[in-house]
Amino acid sequence: MTDGLDERLRRIRGDSPEKRHNARTISALTSNPGCNRRAIMDAAGIDKPTLAQHIGFPLPFGQSQFAIVRGNIFEAQVKADGCAELITLLREHLKLSLPEVSYEDLNEVGGNDDNRLRHRDTRTRLCRQEEPGTLFDHPMLTLTVAGRDVFLEPDLICFQIKGKYHIVEIKSFAVIDGQADGSKVAAAAIQSAVYVIALRNLLASRSIPADAVSDDVILVTPKDFSNRPVATFVDVRKQLTVLRRQLSRLTSIDALLSLVPERLSLDVARPAAAVVEDLRSIEARYMPECLNTCELARFCRHECRGTTRAMGRDVAEELGSVETVDTALQLARGTLPPAPEQVEATRMLRLAWSMRQESLGSAA
Amino acid sequence: MSALTAVAKVRAYELGRAVPLATRRHVHVSDRPLVFVPLSMAGEANAPLGCLIGTDEAQPRVLVVQDPRNRTQRFAFAAQLAEIVLAYVDGCTVSMVEERGKSVFADAPQLVVANPGGVEFTRLLGRSTRFRRTEGEWPVAPTVPVLGRWLTWFAESTEKPGASTVLALTTVLCRHWATGQSALEDANLAALMGWIAPWDGLTGPCAAEQAEDPAIWPPAGPATDPDFDNGVLAKLIAAYDRALDDTAKSTAMLRMLAVLREQMQPTWHLMWKAIALLRAIPPASTVEKRWLRDRQDFTAIVEYWRDNPIPQARVDNAVRAAQRLDRLERALDEVTVDAAMDDELAMAEFRLSGEAFQGSVVACDPVRTDGTGTRRKLRPHIVVATADPLRLEEGATVRSSARPAQEATVVGVERSADLTWPARVTLELRNGMGRRLIPEPGTVPELGERLCYAALETKFAINATFPKREETPWTHGGPPPPYEPEQQSTMDIATEDWS
Amino acid sequence: MTAMLPTSAEASRVVEAVLADLRMAGPRGVVVDSPPGAGKSTLVVRAAGTLVDEGSGQVMVVAQTNEQVDDLVYRLATGYPGLTIGRLSAQDYLPTPRVVHDNVMVEKAVAKLVSAAIVVATAAKWTTVSDGTWPWAIVDEAYQMRSDTLLRIANRFDRALFVGDPGQLDPFSTVETNRWTGLTWDPMQSAVAALLRHNPDLPLHRLPVSWRLPASAAPAVSAAFYPFTPFVSGTGPGERTLSLRTAALRSSPVDGAIEAAVDAGWSLFEMPNRHALRTDAEAVAACATIAQRLLERGPLAFTPDGLSTGEPVTPSRIAIGTAHRDQAAAIRAQLGALGSRTGGITVDTANRLQGREYDVTIVLHPLSGRLDATAFHLESGRLCVLTSRHRHACIVVARAGIQELLDAHPSTEPVHLSVPVKFPDGWEANQSILTHLQPYKVRAP
Repeated sequence: MTDGLDERLRRIRGDSPEKRHNARTISALTSNPGCNRRAIMDAAGIDKPTLAQHIGFPLPFGQSQFAIVRGNIFEAQVKADGCAELITLLREHLKLSLPEVSYEDLNEVGGNDDNRLRHRDTRTRLCRQEEPGTLFDHPMLTLTVAGRDVFLEPDLICFQIKGKYHIVEIKSFAVIDGQADGSKVAAAAIQSAVYVIALRNLLASRSIPADAVSDDVILVTPKDFSNRPVATFVDVRKQLTVLRRQLSRLTSIDALLSLVPERLSLDVARPAAAVVEDLRSIEARYMPECLNTCELARFCRHECRGTTRAMGRDVAEELGSVETVDTALQLARGTLPPAPEQVEATRMLRLAWSMRQESLGSAA
Repeated sequence: MSALTAVAKVRAYELGRAVPLATRRHVHVSDRPLVFVPLSMAGEANAPLGCLIGTDEAQPRVLVVQDPRNRTQRFAFAAQLAEIVLAYVDGCTVSMVEERGKSVFADAPQLVVANPGGVEFTRLLGRSTRFRRTEGEWPVAPTVPVLGRWLTWFAESTEKPGASTVLALTTVLCRHWATGQSALEDANLAALMGWIAPWDGLTGPCAAEQAEDPAIWPPAGPATDPDFDNGVLAKLIAAYDRALDDTAKSTAMLRMLAVLREQMQPTWHLMWKAIALLRAIPPASTVEKRWLRDRQDFTAIVEYWRDNPIPQARVDNAVRAAQRLDRLERALDEVTVDAAMDDELAMAEFRLSGEAFQGSVVACDPVRTDGTGTRRKLRPHIVVATADPLRLEEGATVRSSARPAQEATVVGVERSADLTWPARVTLELRNGMGRRLIPEPGTVPELGERLCYAALETKFAINATFPKREETPWTHGGPPPPYEPEQQSTMDIATEDWS
Repeated sequence: MTAMLPTSAEASRVVEAVLADLRMAGPRGVVVDSPPGAGKSTLVVRAAGTLVDEGSGQVMVVAQTNEQVDDLVYRLATGYPGLTIGRLSAQDYLPTPRVVHDNVMVEKAVAKLVSAAIVVATAAKWTTVSDGTWPWAIVDEAYQMRSDTLLRIANRFDRALFVGDPGQLDPFSTVETNRWTGLTWDPMQSAVAALLRHNPDLPLHRLPVSWRLPASAAPAVSAAFYPFTPFVSGTGPGERTLSLRTAALRSSPVDGAIEAAVDAGWSLFEMPNRHALRTDAEAVAACATIAQRLLERGPLAFTPDGLSTGEPVTPSRIAIGTAHRDQAAAIRAQLGALGSRTGGITVDTANRLQGREYDVTIVLHPLSGRLDATAFHLESGRLCVLTSRHRHACIVVARAGIQELLDAHPSTEPVHLSVPVKFPDGWEANQSILTHLQPYKVRAP
């Protein structure tokens, strides 16, 4: 990363504190990787909820404290007494023979919780050859994202058996009769994959091969309607491929920045109208699914009003190459001669239009 | 998503209100549906907070759980709910009628929820209650496991294409109307209803925008608005927990009841409005046939449980899974064909994709016979001219909605050389014309008749055979252990408590 | 794989190992994975013969479609003129010329086939047989068969050989099947998946050599679709070639694409980037025109064991593959309009091209002209079937922009617990094939 780039990203962010990437934002890279607007905001460390609030599209969703409390209680319960419950689980459920179990909390180094210090400590402990440990709570990992080092949320456990490390992810959504919400498992899997990559990088710095970290992560969740934990292996090889590719694309943030004005600034200290104008100069790739994942989605939706895409990618797809609702309607009615590349879509639109007229009359 | 729906959506956007996607109603709407608005607590697998339920818009019953994390209260809620649901189900068993030589109940229950989340809530509550024991440690009221079985039955019935014993309104409404917003936004009942029947003189998009504000339109559940959780509910639950005596407890409880009712009431009324809108659409002709099947299913389960009051297994065994899949696939096949034959707009989908075509008979040879076989057969030819983008080829079997029992083979397709559409399709009629070499009157389409032919076939109707459960082959793990519902319940009980 | 052995010796070694497993009183099932064109049918025929020789009684053979059954009946009847082959069929089945042999009996009831040494039928037909047990069954194209179908026929046999291509399309259903997700007996899985989840210790063999795919194709197909189970081509570079009898007077992009395919075994006919309808008229026309032009140029196919003058590539040796039925129908209509010369070219979807082989294939890329990739369009089996049907060359027709589409594709598919992850991932396989095709790109105006 060049100083010039750093400076440019700082200017985009303005004086607001930088929001660094974490495992969640890194996983979010895979949910709409084609969106330049999001890529630039994340690279610049923009606080998106604050920005959304500033330009008049405040974030509609918060998180319920009940969910947060439940998550914390469950995690604390699993980790209590040196992960006693977790160890039982690994022994019984996954049928792992764990003769001797050690537990190391890497939350701080002699009372110091400095990230860099903790990262060094994590590396020393995980890479040591003599008396390798079993459970490492709160290891501090780093990952290079868009050219900068990011410290990763340390509320995870790393578990070593027979020389192989497994990432343990504790989540509070229930597994009922062996099934869980597929989107929640997917989110957990991709986050775990971020940790797998980070852990592999850490070990690689001591020439420990990548296969020392398992592709199978261990997902610990409540079973059925109880608070008893259950452990399941989740194979994250697919997530690893996707993440690797998106991370490698992120190194080209320069290329994205070359597409936007030199003086671009999303500083929330500036008037909303000015920020909006600059935001609009970054190409977005809005789709309705963004409403579930991106804090700025309501702004982008507003901007996309009148496009076929705003009604869903499948709607746009069915309407062929026609971008706006207005054009689609005119083509369907025959009031606009189609451009050469629209001839085919127009034929279909007109046919569909006339079938609706035929069946519904004035109600169409 | 189809091109026809996409065109309807752009039109809806232009008009600022929803437009029809069907000319007929494809679900049965009961005269006395049981409308159910459940809310659950965030973060928990299935912790009911409360619900509105009832068969009369003016008189909903309100049930509330003061502390959803408390097991005893959760099952007290289930017992109250059981009283209402079981009385409703019983009400559908009062009279029997003769149908095709068998007695079936004249009515079947219909549970109406706002959205697929409501179905999932029903499924989970069914799952968490049907294995409960009514004696021993932590007994529940005898009605609770019965409720569990019925909720499970309701939830399972939603998997069957064409069944109307549960209506998830957003799904049903989206089958009948297209809005100018995305499917994701349509999942919000209030936003969807905003497009279909905007209130206060608003346009569809304005009503939908308003509907997205949980302060004005609380979510239709079962998930609540997080701001409501943090700003209101948390305090109420805390107040209840802190209350020292019965008076204080009941004050806290009443406040919570009022607040939750306020959260659910807008959805309640919206649901009744939606039901009325659906009821106003004329039903497709096959709706009654499918409702009869729902009634038969209902009759069968009532009779089965009369002798075998055992809960449904947690998961299907291998044989049962295969049987169920077979049944569902047949049902889907049938409902797809029925809808197309019943509803021009459903048929239009197939016309657009080239699997059906509409046109006029331009030539007809009603007495043509085929003498190539051992016996001369009546095989009339008709030629239909169509402007539809036909993609059927020679040899395809087609049927028309006018004579659904008659099969015809496409024997020739003539198109203009530049592939622009009108095409002339020659059809050979194979049956449905009587037994003689001269067709019965009216069995062969006449010159000038407008017809729609489609290549839609239902699977052969013979029942598939499956091995018995105890003969499950080695390829599928061999016979499973016999089903013992008792065993399935022991695991959770000890660890259920959350407090 | 042992690099020391010549390919055919290595392939024979695997076949012998399979046959040895059949002769042994051992496991109830044997699974053979076969990449495209690796001699699966030959293996089925040899295995049937071996079982008859062993005196194992009547052998039950299961295939998935009537066409596959007729193919097998033909091969068995001609391969074993001394054996009676029974062709068990449905009520409305009309025997095709291929099954008409002195030693073939066609019957609708299995009881009438007691004198046959081998009885062949579709899986659907076998499900209607409710009595009797056969000591051995051979299940062909077992990855195309759904687990629920296997459940219905498995009580008919004691032991079975399962043969199929794991890289092809997964079975599917039109109904919601989530309730079974994660169960080992999920009826939606392939028969082999269910079998192996319940019997993880069954012997599993892999045929290591594709006799169909030329040396130009095997490495690319292997790397993209069989990343953990590589295979090689049975023919070396330059052994399986094409030539054109007619030179192009004025080389058009269509000629360029044909010539690139003749030279390299692959070409990518890339049209300008544009979002289009599924039945993109230009892409449809391009597929038909390429097919027509190819025939005009008089293609000759040369194989190591063929005529030294080459054999003409006739319409029946050419296929055009698509993702959707309407695309296939549109291409067929277009070919019809171009005249009778192209009559006899097969145009079909990936689903229906499974198990078939041609000299030259033309593929309408599933992602061409799309705004959005769906799970359907990304499914690795689809692209695998489409790009592995050819003996000589494959011409892919696509609009530019697929790379961007793949890069921008959101990976938000749900993940299910206890469901084995299927490899390769469609997204990754698509990237791999696209990268492979880059050097053979010909741009259309």
